[in-house]
Amino acid sequence: VTRVILSALQLAAFLLLAPLLLGVIGRVKARVAGREGPPLAQPYRDLARLAGKGAVFSRTTTWVFRAGPVVGVAAVATAGLLLPLGAPAAAISFTGDFALFVYLLGLARFVTVVAALDTGSSFEGMGAAREVTFSALAEPALLLGLASLVRSTGGADLTHMLGDGLAAVWRSDGPALLLVALAVFVVALAENARIPVDDPATHLELTMIHEVMVLDHSGPDLALIQYGAALKLWLFGALVVNLALGAIFQSPAASFAAFLAGQLAFAVAVGLVESTMARLRLVRVPQMLVGASVLSAFALVLLLSR
Amino acid sequence: MTGWTDLLFILVIVLDLFVLASSRLRAGIRAVAGQGAVLALLPVALAGGAAEARHVAALAVGAFLVKGVAIPWLMSRATRESAVRREAAPLVGFVPSLVLGGLGVFAAFLWAGNLPLPVPGKHPFLVPTALGTVWTGLLLLVARRKAVAQVLGFLVLENGVFVFGLLLSDFMPVMVEVGVLLDLFAAVFVMGIVMFDIQRALGSLDTERLKSLRD
Repeated sequence: VTRVILSALQLAAFLLLAPLLLGVIGRVKARVAGREGPPLAQPYRDLARLAGKGAVFSRTTTWVFRAGPVVGVAAVATAGLLLPLGAPAAAISFTGDFALFVYLLGLARFVTVVAALDTGSSFEGMGAAREVTFSALAEPALLLGLASLVRSTGGADLTHMLGDGLAAVWRSDGPALLLVALAVFVVALAENARIPVDDPATHLELTMIHEVMVLDHSGPDLALIQYGAALKLWLFGALVVNLALGAIFQSPAASFAAFLAGQLAFAVAVGLVESTMARLRLVRVPQMLVGASVLSAFALVLLLSR
Repeated sequence: MTGWTDLLFILVIVLDLFVLASSRLRAGIRAVAGQGAVLALLPVALAGGAAEARHVAALAVGAFLVKGVAIPWLMSRATRESAVRREAAPLVGFVPSLVLGGLGVFAAFLWAGNLPLPVPGKHPFLVPTALGTVWTGLLLLVARRKAVAQVLGFLVLENGVFVFGLLLSDFMPVMVEVGVLLDLFAAVFVMGIVMFDIQRALGSLDTERLKSLRD
């Protein structure tokens, strides 16, 4: 019974608290800059405001454009079912589910890109091209990192890879896991369009990557896209936090609390990175992502050479 | 304890990769200085018993002073006076050289286990770290245009040789190691003078321009 309750609790936290991470990041950035900053609940208010508005659709768009936000949120939420989000086990778990997890996120990205291309705007096409280029470079880093988790924990489902299998690996192969955690953090920054890769606050044409693709969405559609982005941030945060915690707590309640505290720390870390680093030049971004892939691959090689 | 030693070796490799990927020369110099400091810790971490304590301590302090402090200081002086900030257009781009360096390191880690060693029972990461670092140094020497970056490559190469030397530190006399460190110091000194002369003759530290010299 506790398993079911915990499972429901982690999904509720996932669906309800995800926008809070964006609020925390905004708050941290404002505080470092010496400002008061928006209230923590600001993302929720934005979502409510957008959901209450009407949507405008260009006559050149088709059903692809309208399907984009819905499918995107659905794919990210489904991916959340596969990852342990504070409870000891994910809601659904089977061998090889990490590949489905990665490609559900890929599907979300694909529908966003297709919806952007559907508008026929050359500007959004440019953003789509950049998004696809960078995610193609980020994907090896994530998959190689997950592969080294599979190799080190000896199980190919995310519940085992990020849960009970991890504690022993931190003792035997800590440095390799540290490399994986670092690479996954870089991927998290890139995939969520955070600062060294993309600036979520800017609307300057030349530098936008993710924001530019959603310029034509309005009202509830835009709310769905922003909500999906928050869910995705929660998922990547969960990857990093689970990896870093390494399943050290025995009691479920303690590990759930530690997970939530870890997510908060993740948001603060992202906010600090955004406050202290400048956005990388566009040509430097592939360099960073290839570097993350090399780190992941190095971790895998370390584990293979045992 | 073994976990920390692992971490030191991995730090050396990660710094290799960082030097390969960074275009800013000052960041590269700082990374090589950090690598020198990490290398100075390695003999301490690897020392088995207290029998060699004085030898090990001397080796660590000497390596730290030469690799971590003196040479980086000379290098940053050279860059400051020559107004070279970054490697603009290397012969092999940053991403390809990072991938090449990564492949070399991976090969070293996967194959080093098969090599017959004169002294068995050493740390399993020692030989692959040495080979990977030497490979990185060679890559930097060949692929970069600016003289400062090439000297950095030489330093990384020498760091690799130093790691390899730890394999023999049990029966290598202190005088030999002091000699090696002095050689390195002298070599960087000479390179500093050569860099100064290149700078004065050509107005730039770009070694490509040496082609314009005629007799």
